[in-house]
Amino acid sequence: MITFREKLTSYLILGPFAVVLAFPFYWMLWTSFKTEQDLYDVNNVPFFFGHGSPTTKNYSFLLHQTEYLTWVKNTAIVGVAVVAITLVLAVPAAYALARLSGRWGQSMGVGIFLTYLVPPTLLFLPLSYVISHFPVGGHAGLQDSLWSLVLVFPSFTVPFSTWLLMGFFKTIPRELEEAARVDGASRLRTLFQIVFPISLPGILTVIIFSFSLVVNDFVYALAFITTSDSKTISTGVFTELIRGDIFFWQALMAATVIPSIPLALLYNMFLDRFIAGFTGGAFR
Amino acid sequence: MATVAASGRTRRRRRNPLESRRFLATALIAPAVLFIVVLVGGPLLLAMYLSLTDAVGGTLGGEWVGLGNFRNAWEDPNFRRALRNTLLFTIVSQAIVLVCAGLIAHALTRPIRGKWILRFLIILPWAAPVPLSTIGWLWIYDSLFSVVNWVAKQLHLVDQFNPPQWLGDPTLALAAVISVHAWRIIPFAVVIFLAGLASIPSEVEDAAKVDGAVGLKKFWYVTLPLQLPIATVALLFGIVFTATDMTVVYILTQGGPFNSTQMLTSWAFFTGIRGGSLGEGAAVSLYLLPLLVVVAVLMLRFARKVEVT
Repeated sequence: MITFREKLTSYLILGPFAVVLAFPFYWMLWTSFKTEQDLYDVNNVPFFFGHGSPTTKNYSFLLHQTEYLTWVKNTAIVGVAVVAITLVLAVPAAYALARLSGRWGQSMGVGIFLTYLVPPTLLFLPLSYVISHFPVGGHAGLQDSLWSLVLVFPSFTVPFSTWLLMGFFKTIPRELEEAARVDGASRLRTLFQIVFPISLPGILTVIIFSFSLVVNDFVYALAFITTSDSKTISTGVFTELIRGDIFFWQALMAATVIPSIPLALLYNMFLDRFIAGFTGGAFR
Repeated sequence: MATVAASGRTRRRRRNPLESRRFLATALIAPAVLFIVVLVGGPLLLAMYLSLTDAVGGTLGGEWVGLGNFRNAWEDPNFRRALRNTLLFTIVSQAIVLVCAGLIAHALTRPIRGKWILRFLIILPWAAPVPLSTIGWLWIYDSLFSVVNWVAKQLHLVDQFNPPQWLGDPTLALAAVISVHAWRIIPFAVVIFLAGLASIPSEVEDAAKVDGAVGLKKFWYVTLPLQLPIATVALLFGIVFTATDMTVVYILTQGGPFNSTQMLTSWAFFTGIRGGSLGEGAAVSLYLLPLLVVVAVLMLRFARKVEVT
């Protein structure tokens, strides 16, 4: 049991922090419903509406008069392709590192994880050089193609996912696999029929977090893609909806709110598993 | 009858390479490792090579210039400033993050009503895509309609007619970049801390209670030492995420005003991509490498230490 005083301190700490950390999202949501006139009325600034607000006009502007939906579609395409590549590479590797290999598996796992620390900001220059010079499939290069992102993003999702999955695989009781093998199942069959189904929550977690890493990338998308119809939301919103000195603030805020809220909800649903996997990899 | 079938199966299994543990392990690990070697190792080496040449964007290759790029970069006052900013940015934002996240995580472990919604609100900055949420901050720090200034004006904290120009003044702009980044990293550190706190066995709590350790005393002698390893992990990650981040500074200030908020990362981008000097840009970004190596070594040591216990 905790005392009343402990409870009160918790609220006194968490309340202000929650307000400060979440305020920008409240403010973006509020702004996205304002009319042009209301936006620039200092009296109404943070907590009031007026001059015809709230309005959904900004949302229809964003959806119908900008390329926002194209960017959302591009992001989805890249996300799905990257997640697929990530799973194909990371799931088997993580399983093998956690179960089939002994000491060196652990060291190699840590090694793979360390490559996650090599940042895009160090690699984007050589990669942009490669992307623009190597002709692939009849194109002069992958510059301005979504495939450049599909190719490069797994370089950070694979190390990260392998690490997370290693943690998950370690928590599966060995007895389950041994029982299946005693019953005569081959190693591969054990993998597909016993291990993967049990690991489904872990795999879902990896899907969510890989996707969120993709949406969070800014550097590669900025360096590789310059044509508007190949952009993803991470760069499209910033580079196309801000034209010189003209800021479409309400549309910008709407563009931010739309993907943020569902992603945050998903994130929260899988957070506990994420914590378990993240610390399970090394800190069993 | 049954024994015959079983031994037959064993023999068949032995011939099948997929049943060999060693072979299967190698086959499963190899694709991932190859991919990483090609897409991380390769570019890293290429970055090192490019940094020693005068390669420019759009052409193949360049002349060998030795350490010329590193020297040029070092002598550029903008680079010096970027290096200083990166260090300042990393140290200050991490200090803020550790203190805030420690407090939040500690408070969050108590079973209180409404914890779910509080946690949701606190995690938001980390869950939302940072290239988008930073645009929100651009509006929050707007020169005329900044909501921060609006609140400060209501409270009579700032000059009514000449409020602070958050993104227009070099010092304030750096503070703005630091604050946004700290805002974003705090939830991540909270998550790591929560994992750490969850791993403290309840026996320890009980023992501490029996021994009469409560409040600050308990925090200092029991919780903190047990938290230290996980806090180190959070810090090391934080350092990497912060020192190598370009998104926040690029969106918020584009390195401005007058290159006063450039970081190593954004300076590398402006030199290498915008300026087209791939070689020099690569050299600028490689100045980050020593820091990353130090962090990696610390992490390895740490991982080994935890493994033993």
